[in-house]
Amino acid sequence: MLEFRKDLFAAERDDNLNVVGKGAQRQDMPGHVTGRSPFFDDHAFEGLLHLKVVRSPHHHARIRHIDTSAAERAPGVKRVLRGADVPVNKNTLLSLINFGKDDEPTLAVSKVSYKGEPVVAIIAETEHQALAARALVRVDYEVIPHVFDVEEALKPGAPVVNETYPNNYFDYHDRYDHSKLRFGDVERAFAGADFIVDDRYQMSPIEHAPTETNGSIAAPEQNDRFVVHSCAQGLFFSLGTAAKILNLESNRLHFVGGTVGGGFGGKVDSLTEPLSILGAMMTGQPVRYVLDREEEMLYGSPRGAERIYIKDGIMRDGRIVARRIRSYFDAGAYTRLSSYAAIKCTAHLPGPYTIPNVSADIYVAYTNRCPSTAMRGFGITAVDFALEVHMDKGAEACGMDPMEFRILNAYRDGDMKAHRRVAKNTALIECVQVVADKTGWPLSDQARRQSSLTGGGGARADIPATVLDDNGRIGRPETRTGPVTETLPAGTMRIPMTKQPIMEGSAEARPTPPAVPQYEPYRPTPPANQPAYQPQPYQPTPTAPPPTQAAPPSPPSAPPPASAPPTQHGAVRFSSVFGTRRR
Amino acid sequence: MPIEIRTASTASEAAGLLAGDRQARLLSGGTLLMRDLNEGRLTDGVLVRLTDPAYRQIGVSGSRVELGAGVTMAMILKRRELACLHGAARAIGGPAVRNMATVGGNLFAETPYGDFTVALLALDAQVMVLQGYGAPRAVGLEEFLAGRGRASSGLVTAVQVTLPQNPLDLRFRKVSRVRPKGIAVLSIAALLPTSGGRVTGARVAYGAMAPTPIRAKAVERALDGKALDAATIAAVRAVATEGTRPATDAVASDWYRREVLPVHLARLLSGQE
Amino acid sequence: MAKVPVQFRLNGSDRAAFVAPADNLLTLLRRGLNEFGPKYGCGQGTCGTCTVLIDGELQLSCLTLAATCEGRHVETVSGMANGPTLHPIQQAFMEHFAAQCGFCTPGMLTAARALLEANPTPSREEVIDGISGNICRCTGYEAIIEAILAAARSGQVRRA
Ligand SMILES: Cc1cc2nc3c(=O)[nH]c(=O)nc-3n(C[C@H](O)[C@H](O)[C@H](O)COP(=O)(O)OP(=O)(O)OC[C@H]3O[C@@H](n4cnc5c(N)ncnc54)[C@H](O)[C@@H]3O)c2cc1C
Ligand code: FES
Ligand code: FES
Repeated sequence: MLEFRKDLFAAERDDNLNVVGKGAQRQDMPGHVTGRSPFFDDHAFEGLLHLKVVRSPHHHARIRHIDTSAAERAPGVKRVLRGADVPVNKNTLLSLINFGKDDEPTLAVSKVSYKGEPVVAIIAETEHQALAARALVRVDYEVIPHVFDVEEALKPGAPVVNETYPNNYFDYHDRYDHSKLRFGDVERAFAGADFIVDDRYQMSPIEHAPTETNGSIAAPEQNDRFVVHSCAQGLFFSLGTAAKILNLESNRLHFVGGTVGGGFGGKVDSLTEPLSILGAMMTGQPVRYVLDREEEMLYGSPRGAERIYIKDGIMRDGRIVARRIRSYFDAGAYTRLSSYAAIKCTAHLPGPYTIPNVSADIYVAYTNRCPSTAMRGFGITAVDFALEVHMDKGAEACGMDPMEFRILNAYRDGDMKAHRRVAKNTALIECVQVVADKTGWPLSDQARRQSSLTGGGGARADIPATVLDDNGRIGRPETRTGPVTETLPAGTMRIPMTKQPIMEGSAEARPTPPAVPQYEPYRPTPPANQPAYQPQPYQPTPTAPPPTQAAPPSPPSAPPPASAPPTQHGAVRFSSVFGTRRR
Repeated sequence: MPIEIRTASTASEAAGLLAGDRQARLLSGGTLLMRDLNEGRLTDGVLVRLTDPAYRQIGVSGSRVELGAGVTMAMILKRRELACLHGAARAIGGPAVRNMATVGGNLFAETPYGDFTVALLALDAQVMVLQGYGAPRAVGLEEFLAGRGRASSGLVTAVQVTLPQNPLDLRFRKVSRVRPKGIAVLSIAALLPTSGGRVTGARVAYGAMAPTPIRAKAVERALDGKALDAATIAAVRAVATEGTRPATDAVASDWYRREVLPVHLARLLSGQE
Repeated sequence: MAKVPVQFRLNGSDRAAFVAPADNLLTLLRRGLNEFGPKYGCGQGTCGTCTVLIDGELQLSCLTLAATCEGRHVETVSGMANGPTLHPIQQAFMEHFAAQCGFCTPGMLTAARALLEANPTPSREEVIDGISGNICRCTGYEAIIEAILAAARSGQVRRA
C-alpha cells in the first residue's frame, strides 16, 4: 500500500495537495474499457495499402545487387521502395537537437550492418500480397566479418560497423572516443586506500515488448499535407524526424497520436513513420506500415547492453575514497539514442554517494547488433545495478553492514558532486533507513540518527585538485592509457578546453541552440522559527580502527573561484545535459 | 496461386483432397496453421476444412476411448470420464487456445509443443490415418511420430486409447517458466500400473526432449517390477536422460533441459508437487 | 484475388463482407468492418488482444479464418456495454485501475466475460487461469485480477 511519510522533509514540502494521495479517475479510462481509445491502427481509410520491408538476413554484408523486378510484377503490388527513393536517406535521431552525425539510412543502399536492417519496402493492396511479393525480392549480399563485442569493436582492425564512425565509437566533443568525468585524483587515492574492490558487470539487451507493435498509417490530406496516425512516444520528435528524412516542411505533416499501446522507450525511434509517409507520397494513397510481432521482438530496438567496470578504493572505516568507472554502451549498428544514454550515465556517476576522487570513461561502441535505444531510465538503470552490487562488495571488503556502508557514504545536502554541482534534495539516507525499518534490518543508533539534511557541505563541498589527461583522442587508440597532462588547482569549477568549444558531432560548428527557458520552481519558505541545520559529522563506528590515512589527497586549498557557483534550478538546461557547454 | 479454401463434408473427401495435392493442408483448430498464414510463410495452396461431425466426436465405451482428431482440449476438459487426460489438456495454452487447439493438430505440433501427444504416447495410443480414399488404418503413435514430416501423413481422423483402470495411474507434468500458461521446458507423462505394490508395464514419455515426443525406454525398464521407492527412483534418475536429444530454444537450452529432467521425473514419480 | 462472401452476426447485428481466403477474422473485423475493438498484438495467438467470443466461446480472432465464420455470432468488447451503461466488468476495470495503456483491455474484458459467464464465482486461481492467454505489459495483472474478482462479487454477471 502507498504510504506518505510526511515526517520526512516536512519543511521542504507543501502538504496542501489537492490531487496527490487522492483517487482520481483517469480521463482515458472510459475509452480503454469500451475499446474506443483510438490507437494508431484504429482508423479506417478507403484504399488503404500495406507496406512490408525486406530485411537483411546477415549481420554484416555488402549489397552487390538488388533485383525487385519480380516483386514489382507480383499481384497487388503498387510500388517498391529502395534507398534511392528516400529523399534524405541518412539520419540520426538527435540531429534534431544538433547532437551527433547522420549515420543511419532508412533503407540500406550499399551495406547492411545488422540482421534485420530494412533494405527494400513493398507496398501492396493487402498484407498477404505484400508478404508474397517480399519473398520475390532478390538481394545479392557479400557477407563480411562482423563484430558483436563492445571491447572487440574498439580494437584497431575491428570490422568497421558504421562508416560515419569508422573507429566504432561515438565521438564526444569532437575530441574524445568517450565521455569523460574527472574529479580529484583516483590513482593517488587508490594508492592510499586500504581495500581495492574491482569488478566487471555485463548487462543484456532488453526488448520493450509493447503489446501494440510499432506502426503508423499515413494518408494524403487536403492542402498537400499528410495525416500520420502514429504510435510515437514523442509525437513531435517523430514529426521532425520524418520531415527531415522526407525533406518536407514540417507543416506538411499532420501527426495524430498520443494513444500509445505501451512504449517503455521503444517507440521513440520513428521506425515506421518515414516509410509510410513516403509510401503515401509515392502512391497517393493511404499506407499502413506495422511491425509484426517477430519484427518487434527481433528488430524493434532494445535497451542496449552495457559492460561496466568499477574500481573502488575503500578505507578501513568504510569511506570510499576513490571510484573509477569504465563503461561501454552497445549501440548496435547505429547511434539512435545511445550517445545520450552515455551522457546520462556519466552525469549520474558516481551514484548517490559523496566520493572525493572520481574518474569515468563512458564509451558508446558500435557493433553489428540491432541498434539500441531508450528504455525506462536507460543510461542509469544498468550502471545503478552495477554500482549497488559493487556497494555490497565494498561493504563486505571492509567488513561493514551494507546498509550502514551506504549511509556512511551517502551524499548529503551541500556536498559537492563530481560534476562540480552542489547536491540538493538528497534523500538516500532516509531511503535506506526506511528500507531497514520495513525489512527489520538492524541499524546502529548512530546510523539511525543520520540525516541527508545535516553533515553535508563544509569540507565536503570542496572541489579537489583534479588531474587531467588526454586519453582517447579520436582516431588514436594508442592514447587510451596516457599520462596525466595537467593538474587543475582545487576549487576549479570548469575544466578549460584548449580549443574553442564547438557543437558535438557537427562538423560545421553551428551555434549553440538556445537554452530551454529556466524557471525557479516553487519552494515554500521555511517557517521562521526553524533552526538552521546543524551539520554533525558522522563518526566511524567505534569498533572500526582509526583511518590509516587521513582524508583523501587534498592539495593546498586554493582560493575560491571568482564567481559563486551557479545555482542549479529545477529545469536542467539541455545544453548541460548534452554537454554542449563545457563542464 | 494464392490461398484457396476447400470444405469437405466427409473424412474421405478431405483425405482425397489432401492426397491429390501435395501442397494441401488440413485446417483443424488452426492455432498453428494460421501463424504460417499470418506471417507469410504460407502464401499459397489449398486449405481443407472438414465439417463432418464425427471429426469432432468423443466416443467412450468402457475404458476404450476414441477422440475425433477435431476434438478440442476444452471438449476433453468437459468430460468427466476423461479425467486422466485433463492434466495434459489443461497444459495447453490459455482458455481461448484450449477452445481451438485440437487433438489432431497436437500430433503435428513441433517441439516444444505437443504436450497432449506426450500423454497419448504414454497411453500407447493408436492414430487412425486415412490415406486417400478407403478406410482409416490404425498406426501406433510411436510409429506415427517417427514418420511425421517425412511423407504426407494423410488425414488423421481419430486417436484411440485405452484408459487406465485407475485414472491416477497416469501422471502428467509440464514444466514451464511462465505459469499458468507457458511453453514447455519439458513435459513428462508416466503410466504406472501397479499390482502387488510393484509397477508392471510402465510407459513413460517425454515432450521437448527430442524433435518429437519420445518414450523413455530406459526409465521404463528401471521401473518394471519395482516398487516406487527411493531406491527405484534413484535408479530412474540415473537413466532419465538416456536417448534424449533436446533442442536449445528461447525457452531453455539443451543443457538445462537435460539437467532438470531427472529432477522433475523424480518428483513426478514420488508424487511430489 | 478471388474473394469469398461471408455473412455472420457481429455483436447482434447481421453483417456481410467479402474476404480474401487467407484473411483472418481480426483482419475482417478491423479492416473490412471498421470494428476496432479487438487489436492486433501478435498474429500468433500469444497475446490475446484479439480475443473475441464466437457463438459464446472464447476464441482468438487472429487464428480464425474469416471465411469459417459464416453463420456464426462474433462478439467483441464493443458489444459489452448496454447502450451508455457499462457492463459490470467494464465498470470494475474502471474502478480498479485495471488498464494503463489500454491495449490489452478489450481482450482482457472479453476473457473475463467468458470466465464469469461460465463461472460467476471464480476463485483467484480460476481468474488467473481465465486471463492466462492475455498478456498485459503495463498493469502487472494484480489490478486486473482484483477488478474481475470485484465484478464477480458484485453478482451482476449472469451465467450465459
Ligand atoms: C498461444 C499458444 C499456446 C500454445 N501452447 C501450447 C502448449 O502449451 N502445448 C502444446 O502442445 N501446444 C501448444 N500450442 C500449439 C497448438 O495450439 C496445439 O499444439 C494444438 O493442439 C494444435 O492443434 P490445431 O488444431 O490448432 O492445429 P492446426 O494449426 O490446425 O494444424 C497444425 C498442423 O497439423 C496439421 N493437421 C492438423 N490436424 C490434422 C489432421 N487431423 N490430419 C492431418 N493433418 C492435420 C495441419 O495441416 C497443420 O499442418 C499453443 C499455441 C498457441 C497459439
Ligand atoms: S493478435 Fe491474436 S493473440 Fe495476439
Ligand atoms: S494496459 Fe498496456 S498492455 Fe495492458
